Amino acid sequence: MQKYLISILVDNKPGVLTHVSGLISRRAFNIESICAGYTEEPDVTRINIVVSVEDERELDQVETQLAKLIDVIKVVNMSKIPSVKRELVMLKVHVTKENRAGLLDIVQVFRAKIVDLGKDDMVIELTGEEGKIDALIEVLQDGYEIIEIARTGAIALSRGVVPAKDM
Amino acid sequence: MRMNGAQAVLESLKNEGVDLVFGYPGGAVLTLYDAVYKLKFPHILARHEQGAVHAADGYARATGKVGVVFATSGPGGTNLVTGIATANMDSVPLVCITGQVANPYIGKDAFQEADICGITTPVTKHNYLVKDVKDLPRVLKEAFFIARTGRPGPVVIDVAKDVFDAEIDYHYPDEVSLKGYSGNFDGDEAEIDAAVEALSEAKHPLLFIGGGVTLSDTANEVRRIADITGFPSTCTLMGLGDMPASDPSFLGMVGMHGTYAANMAIMECDLLIGIGVRFDDRVTGVVTEFAPKAKIMQFEVDPVEVGKNVPVDYRVLGDLRWSLPRFAEKLQKSGVDYSAQTKGWRTYVMKMEDDHPLSYKEKPDCIMPQKLVETVSRLMDDDTIVVTDVGQHQMWAAQFYESRKPRQFLTSGGLGTMGYGLPAAIGAKLGQPDKKVVCFSGDGSIMMNCQEFATAADNDVDVKIIVVHNHTLGMVSQWQRLFYNEHYSQSELHGKTDLVKLAEAMGAKGCRIDDPAKLETELKEALEEKGPILIDVMVPEVEDVLPMVPGGKRLDQMVLEEE
Repeated sequence: MQKYLISILVDNKPGVLTHVSGLISRRAFNIESICAGYTEEPDVTRINIVVSVEDERELDQVETQLAKLIDVIKVVNMSKIPSVKRELVMLKVHVTKENRAGLLDIVQVFRAKIVDLGKDDMVIELTGEEGKIDALIEVLQDGYEIIEIARTGAIALSRGVVPAKDM
Repeated sequence: MRMNGAQAVLESLKNEGVDLVFGYPGGAVLTLYDAVYKLKFPHILARHEQGAVHAADGYARATGKVGVVFATSGPGGTNLVTGIATANMDSVPLVCITGQVANPYIGKDAFQEADICGITTPVTKHNYLVKDVKDLPRVLKEAFFIARTGRPGPVVIDVAKDVFDAEIDYHYPDEVSLKGYSGNFDGDEAEIDAAVEALSEAKHPLLFIGGGVTLSDTANEVRRIADITGFPSTCTLMGLGDMPASDPSFLGMVGMHGTYAANMAIMECDLLIGIGVRFDDRVTGVVTEFAPKAKIMQFEVDPVEVGKNVPVDYRVLGDLRWSLPRFAEKLQKSGVDYSAQTKGWRTYVMKMEDDHPLSYKEKPDCIMPQKLVETVSRLMDDDTIVVTDVGQHQMWAAQFYESRKPRQFLTSGGLGTMGYGLPAAIGAKLGQPDKKVVCFSGDGSIMMNCQEFATAADNDVDVKIIVVHNHTLGMVSQWQRLFYNEHYSQSELHGKTDLVKLAEAMGAKGCRIDDPAKLETELKEALEEKGPILIDVMVPEVEDVLPMVPGGKRLDQMVLEEE
């Protein structure tokens, strides 16, 4: 299975998320994450999905099926062009007097941030590519108690001046 | 002009050239129906919303125009779903306008509330929920544009009840402006050139014609291409009529119940030229062994269909109305004698057709269903529209009725919807009043929308419904016979229903034919009756549709009629 990050520009209309998510589920596409947000144009939303596919033919199906939706303006496979990808994660970790120093070290090494600190817990924020986030989680799972995790799903922008909508 | 939302809907329909609506009233569409009353808008009252939507579908398939349906909220909308899915699978243009509960009640589980947009999203080309009357004219304009352009399909417009009552200054937009849908399906000329090039190397080519040709009204272009090249041709269920059945190098239908020659030609050809086809599993048999020796070429408007089921070597993307005339022109000018180049192959496949024609064995004192279809085929003129329900009779109709022209074989191909036939026949007749309309149904299928005899009778819609009556759900029992040890689980129909009386009770005529010696004369008489009639024809219970490619088998592993 190969993973791709696909950006979908859609008309910001009611029902559009149903149309996109409904398509993904009924065509049995495997998606790892989906996230959506406003863009530089007020009536355009950008939906980012990470999809895993068997082969090029399945990838082609994902792209053409999405593009076929009436309210989809543009589909761009960000993994096939030079692009920067980011995801944000927040992790809540159980803190004791004994493990606090070790946690601070890890946060520093990963260049993560502590956004909340309580008597018994700490919320760590990290932005990066998926691999970096996975690595942090792996380290914390070894010897620390992760209480909960919230991840945004990956987003991406192409390098250079040409925006996705003009590709 | 100042008017309410309901009037705005009808005004927009007029602007789109709609001359007939099928529907069923209810609470959420009372204001819409009040406008129908006041404007005397042409409307056919079905007896069930499913009947209305199939009728609109039949109307659309027979005319090429967009079929329009009205239904109320909740159950009105959900009753449309099967019909919408039927139209979606076969790419039939429909605009379905449903009432929704009033704005303040949406999401509150109000009386007769159902999320119709949510429910119909998987089975529509697009859908809308209109909550503000200002959006209504634009949405209607877009809906018709989307339904009829490119690969056609159904569009649902769900309108909140209070929107029908709200007033606007009505102005119908001249143009559609959609960021994600241009409606322009012109393709790349280079793809046509590559296709032309590929033809010059083909020794065993085969034209493979599908419903896209019917939908785009390009049968004449396809016939011209067949004429220029002399290539033999086959078709899918949805492509019946695009080539005349009488054409000597037309091999008949391909697939699970296709002809020997058509299926063998697919297996042996070296270039398969698919035109408006989507390589459905009922066509391909085991998909990895489909057309194993062939390069596959596909003329197609919908990019999704290229490579979806079968890898494609040459694609020509674009509306067939754009690509086929150019393709034909370039073939004509190429100077290649395609016919001479493929003469041996043509002779070979035509001999296969002669050696293995569709056949059936007569049984003593029985009307054979195949013979029934053949007789009807002989009795009807070239302009007759044939509609079918779903099951054995549908396949016999596809095999033994000589389809001569496009838009004259209407059947639920993709979804296989039992109950489609009668209402679709009503819609087809209303759309093409000058053509004769005959519907083949079964004693299973006919019961699924038999309430529509009332619609046919009350509106004097002249449809001839021939029930191929075998006292069983024929296709189910065929599979039970072949693959489930003859366990006829819930497929026997030895009930007490009298179909002739059923039709008569609703004001249509009815007659029964059970004597093989009188088949032709009695059939002829019945078909000449004025007005709607149910012709109940008794056929043997045990009879298989053959040839048959069993599930998971290659097309050349078909079971044939025993000699």
